[in-house]
Amino acid sequence: MKFSGQVYKFGNDIDTDAIIPARYLNTFDPAELARHCMEDADPQFPQKVKAGDIIVAEKNFGCGSSREHAPIAIKAAGVSCVIAKSFARIFYRNAVNIGLPILESAEAVDAIREGDQVEVELETGRILNLRTGASYQAVPFPGFMQQIMDKGGLIEYVRDKIAK
Amino acid sequence: MGMTISQKILAAHAGREHLEAGELINCKLDLVLGNDVTAPVAIAEFNRLGLKQVFDQERVVLVPDHFTPAKDIKSAEQAKTVRDFARGYGIKNYFEIGTMGIEHCLLPEQGLVGPGDLVIGADSHTCTYGALGAFATGVGSTDMAAAMATGEAWFKVPESIKFIYYGKTPRWVGGKDFILQAIGDIGVDGARYMSMEFCGEAITNLSIDNRFSMANMAIEAGGKNGIIAPDDITLAYVQGRAKRPYTIYQSDHDAVYADEKEYDVSKMEPLIAYPHLPENTRPVSAAADVMIDQVVIGSCTNGRIEDLQTAASILKGHRVHPELRVIIFPGTQEIYLEALRRGYIETFVESGAVVSTPTCGPCLGGHMGILAKGEKALATTNRNFVGRMGHPESEVYLCNPAVAAASAIKGRITAPWEV
Repeated sequence: MKFSGQVYKFGNDIDTDAIIPARYLNTFDPAELARHCMEDADPQFPQKVKAGDIIVAEKNFGCGSSREHAPIAIKAAGVSCVIAKSFARIFYRNAVNIGLPILESAEAVDAIREGDQVEVELETGRILNLRTGASYQAVPFPGFMQQIMDKGGLIEYVRDKIAK
Repeated sequence: MGMTISQKILAAHAGREHLEAGELINCKLDLVLGNDVTAPVAIAEFNRLGLKQVFDQERVVLVPDHFTPAKDIKSAEQAKTVRDFARGYGIKNYFEIGTMGIEHCLLPEQGLVGPGDLVIGADSHTCTYGALGAFATGVGSTDMAAAMATGEAWFKVPESIKFIYYGKTPRWVGGKDFILQAIGDIGVDGARYMSMEFCGEAITNLSIDNRFSMANMAIEAGGKNGIIAPDDITLAYVQGRAKRPYTIYQSDHDAVYADEKEYDVSKMEPLIAYPHLPENTRPVSAAADVMIDQVVIGSCTNGRIEDLQTAASILKGHRVHPELRVIIFPGTQEIYLEALRRGYIETFVESGAVVSTPTCGPCLGGHMGILAKGEKALATTNRNFVGRMGHPESEVYLCNPAVAAASAIKGRITAPWEV
């Protein structure tokens, strides 16, 4: 799967309260969560983000609460992929489980600027900066997690497992 | 090569003799937990599997604690989703308003978690149960859904960091300060993917309520779990409560650690975590100029009887500062009743504080004490992120219950020995 989109950059330790504040957790309707995606990090983000756009962040993206509403909001906002230097553990797990593509690459994060057009090839983990022509290799997923993603998420994976 | 206590618990639940850090394993779970925010998502995912039953009606725990008593119609609908699911699937451990408490205060109190257990919860502070020598970790709703179906979850075997606390603990310093010390030292991702193992003479002498406060905030350093090996204090708490048999594990003498940190607690002061990260710690004596609008005492971090006892001992005979509001949240109905019997509630009300029903409420900016633009709160809770307790331009400072109570009297961040 190949994505191409405009980059929105964020800093270190973007927590799940910033991704989707708890004041909106009285629903889990993806469209409604998307309307407030990243609101406490960048109040304009829900208005300006377009389908296919890419979030690029520094270290420890998604720290804090276990709320799956965070990756749901990002996915429903149309974001095709999140690239970060590192992800907080629960967010990483949640993103894999619901099928939000995430990639780890410190080099890519350092080099990519706000507004750059970036192309991502998910299968290979190749990240291409269309502005500079430079490409970066993301850390590959463990095989088992790749299986979950190939199935389309954990529920599909478990369904197959139960059927066997 | 030896194993850590965390690795031993995972090995036992994976049916393995030995595990190495970094292995991906599948484990049988002792308990699966969800609340009124995370369980509705999990229930929707679970329903997609079309199953007629959960893996074990005794081992799924549902606690509507975040936005309850329901703060609005949408929250009431979410709570109803959980209630209907619990009734429909015969979930034995569903806790309705009246028996409900803040989940991480409630489960240990009710004896639903014991030493050696492997627990996942769709709430990041599930790591609290590590205080009992259990391996407990937070997950998201889809993991909860899969676990309700299969009774299993996959794990990456974590490395561990050993935190050794030595020396005599000064008055007014407790578990909250010990964990803030570690978070301030290693940062909010310093233990990312790792176990945090707490030991040393100061931990051996630490009460169970203080241990819960410590393990509770392991996630604030990015930890997968926080754990304290069971001892006499653990057993004294567990005996008479545990609803299932439990197993005591200890780390091997030759267990390998990714890192070791040592702290001399005898020189410690209560710590304050400044906005907007729990790692922004400084001693209380370096924080005296911060004026505050609201004090919150409670939460899964510091809403237990000893926390209320500390707060009451300071507030007794005093009035809270006229320019601030004090909101106190006992963690469970049992804690509330005990505080009532011991006269703490009377002390709180007489001092000008309000006492709330158990709820996560203001800790996550849900309800019952939301901050306006520009307001500052001092709270015994666990997170001080941007907008955590309300308006994105409000601020939260974190501290222990003694500092919170003293500050409530003075109207600014105050050391307990000043009142």
